[in-house]
Amino acid sequence: MTVIPTTHDHYYILRNLVEKDFKVRYRNMSLGIFWSLVNPLIMMGVLTFVFTVIFPSQRPNFWLFVLMGILPYNFFTMAWATGTNSIVDNASLIKKVPFQRELIPVSVVIGNLVHYLIQLGLLLLAAAFVTGVNLQWIWLPVVVLLQVVFVCGVSFLSSSLDVYYRDVRYVVESANLVLFWLVPIFYGFEDISPSYAWIYELNPVAAVVLVTRRILLHGVSPGLTIWKLAAVSVMTLALGAFVFNRIKKDFSDYL
Amino acid sequence: MLLELENVSKRYWLHHRRQLMAQYAWKRVKRVTEPFWALRGVSFQVRQGESMAVIGANGAGKSTLLSIIAGVTQATSGNTRRHGRIGALLELGTGFHPDLTGRENIHLNASLLGLSRTEVIAKFDSIVDFSGMENFLDEPVRTYSSGMVARLGFSVAIHADPEMLLLDEVFAVGDEAFQKKCIERVSSFPKEGKSLLFVTHGMVHALALCPRALWLEKGVLRADGPSESVIGEYQAASKPAAQVAGVQQR
Repeated sequence: MTVIPTTHDHYYILRNLVEKDFKVRYRNMSLGIFWSLVNPLIMMGVLTFVFTVIFPSQRPNFWLFVLMGILPYNFFTMAWATGTNSIVDNASLIKKVPFQRELIPVSVVIGNLVHYLIQLGLLLLAAAFVTGVNLQWIWLPVVVLLQVVFVCGVSFLSSSLDVYYRDVRYVVESANLVLFWLVPIFYGFEDISPSYAWIYELNPVAAVVLVTRRILLHGVSPGLTIWKLAAVSVMTLALGAFVFNRIKKDFSDYL
Repeated sequence: MLLELENVSKRYWLHHRRQLMAQYAWKRVKRVTEPFWALRGVSFQVRQGESMAVIGANGAGKSTLLSIIAGVTQATSGNTRRHGRIGALLELGTGFHPDLTGRENIHLNASLLGLSRTEVIAKFDSIVDFSGMENFLDEPVRTYSSGMVARLGFSVAIHADPEMLLLDEVFAVGDEAFQKKCIERVSSFPKEGKSLLFVTHGMVHALALCPRALWLEKGVLRADGPSESVIGEYQAASKPAAQVAGVQQR
């Protein structure tokens, strides 16, 4: 039995960890945070080229359509991949400094979230010009929150398992590659045969893309999908937090 | 009572890491993995204001003991009860990121050691002052020498204001002036009702700072008592062993 007095200022630690990641990442770079915008824009350009020139698509504003797939997908895969490595990468902290271990993956997710929010801001600006603002936009903060819940859940799970089996990070990398095709990024939800559609809705990354497009492109309510998204996300977080909490006390022995 | 350890043991498994899962399961079934007991049945108590040195040969379990008290690792069995704020400096410069400046690292490190934002802001000048690093505060820590890192790390740990400070052989790095400063600082601990738990191979420091000493040998608590007698016993016991091994004692 071990009792540690929790005198730590968790919010302050979190803030310092997030700031650390940012400063370390962007120090000595002249363009700094703009680099986080370059990658999704390149992807957008390439996919738009392929699907308007090579396989012409009938969709109006394909670039906007595809960007609504790329941004949530990018946020998820970046946050999950870095979240998975976070515990092992911070081994020296885990082994030597007693503080809430949960703060490490959470700080990584928040760091990625900051980038995502900047990208979303630009996306909203573009959407406002192209399709106009509508009342359904009030759902967007909920969608982002559920994304954070889900990615925290999977990161808790994978980062703690990665301590024991370092293969986990490669599984995550492969899963992220597969997701690019299984999330409706360059195709639409209506292209999916109804017999598979329900599976897509249970994939939170796909559900987020679906819901974002409903809100921003079509101005319709997210419907039942957002409840399914919420259910899967909360359950994932519960599972991830449970596993993490069960094995975190042994992290320092395996790092 | 500030800290109570009751029959604390720590087991590590040897030869079982980084294998295929199937191999691991097979070895567990065949019991090929062997347990290594870093600590066996260690019990002691520390009162407020009491400082003690932990001595013993390499691999005796000293650092494991400190890790368990700090809460970074968990005992396999036994109870550890802490009744106050325990600050741990298990290695100098942990939590320091080389690419961050001294200033940024003070904030990061202090928060990890348990200080709140308002406390850090209030104590910032004092931390810098004690470390003597004002001129390098905005330089990245990777440009610091190990002694400079030690100064900053120790200064932050001291200002975390723990009721018990755990130090794992950290005086060795700083220069003499800074060592003296640190020793002066921790030697006033008993007056302030604070405790020091101090792993060291430097018997001079142990004698000067700690009236009480623990001697660990192969994970077992060999002796616990006044520093002079425990250190005497330890030195007497380690001499013949060293001679058997062919090592000349000075």
